[in-house]
Amino acid sequence: MDPIKSINEVKLGILQEVGNIGAGNAATALSKLVNKKIEMNVPVVRVISFQELMDLYGGPDEMIAAVFLRIEGEVTGSMFYLLPVDKATFFARLLTGMKDITLTNSGNSELALSALQEMGNIMAGTYLTALSEFIQMRLTPSVPEVGIDMFGAIISYGLLEISKVSDYAIMIDTVLKTETEEDNGLIKGHLFLLPDPESFEKIFSALGV
Amino acid sequence: MNMENRKIINVGIAEMDVVRTPDLIRTSGLGSCVGVILYDLDQELAGLAHVMLPDSNLSRNNTIHPAKYADTAVPALLDRLVSYGASRKKVKAKIAGGAQMFKISSKNDMMKIGLRNIEAVKKELERLTIPLIAEDVGGNRGRTIIFNPKSGILTIRTVNLGSKEI
Repeated sequence: MDPIKSINEVKLGILQEVGNIGAGNAATALSKLVNKKIEMNVPVVRVISFQELMDLYGGPDEMIAAVFLRIEGEVTGSMFYLLPVDKATFFARLLTGMKDITLTNSGNSELALSALQEMGNIMAGTYLTALSEFIQMRLTPSVPEVGIDMFGAIISYGLLEISKVSDYAIMIDTVLKTETEEDNGLIKGHLFLLPDPESFEKIFSALGV
Repeated sequence: MNMENRKIINVGIAEMDVVRTPDLIRTSGLGSCVGVILYDLDQELAGLAHVMLPDSNLSRNNTIHPAKYADTAVPALLDRLVSYGASRKKVKAKIAGGAQMFKISSKNDMMKIGLRNIEAVKKELERLTIPLIAEDVGGNRGRTIIFNPKSGILTIRTVNLGSKEI
């Protein structure tokens, strides 16, 4: 039996709570950083085939901005902050004060990229700190990296570890969005946690499930 | 050729498939994964596998999904192509992908998997004496690839850089 597919509803509920606690803190941090009210949706926890995952957010070809980091420590996994390129550009302009920045997948200014990287760093850091306190385990995030490229090419990095044991992943996906419309509509991004397969049981046993 | 009836068959991650003219075969969003195309121009047949990992020894699962690993995908795709009527000796290969999208310094060596995937696919092609006609591998960009079994041309699209043919 597939070890991922066989995870039951109660356990998925636990993972939803993990997402809730982590993303709640990340939303607060983002709100302070950009000085805007940020709303958060209830996290979506899904057991999903690799191909279904690749088909999310406009599909594997869709150009997307991503901040990616690996989680190391007692629990391991991959974390992504994903947003449309024009929304990432909005944040980069806001954070740097440079109105003429446009993000592409080549030749971006160091400043724009480091602004996004720092944003990812703060959000993932607060998410993981909250998660670490919740499960009483040490989590160490890597330095985040920014990627602006095809969604499939980026998200597949989060599947590498899990692909050794399964053809399914469990995604913990939380939408963070501005409360009010900006020049180009609501600024909406996804905080996306893909734990490695060994991490699930560690999380569950830490919480007595 | 009747273009109206032409289909493009999409191959998902860790999957494989075979097409015959006039259809085309495509896989989208290759990052560290490698797209392997085996084809027989005489029969106008082509197979594509979207390989994720270099070696099935990495698997900790009892059931191995052949298209996922380089060492199992290449022979499985060859068998599939031959079962569709390809002549074993006429089969040639083109490959694309194996990028390193992120430079993360991690204890996890999976972050450098692109290069290992390329090497493993090439090793398997060599073992099976399948000539590698063209490749577009490495770098740090995602790729979407489409192969035409009639012309033998592999079209590679990247974000912003447009497309090229090999």
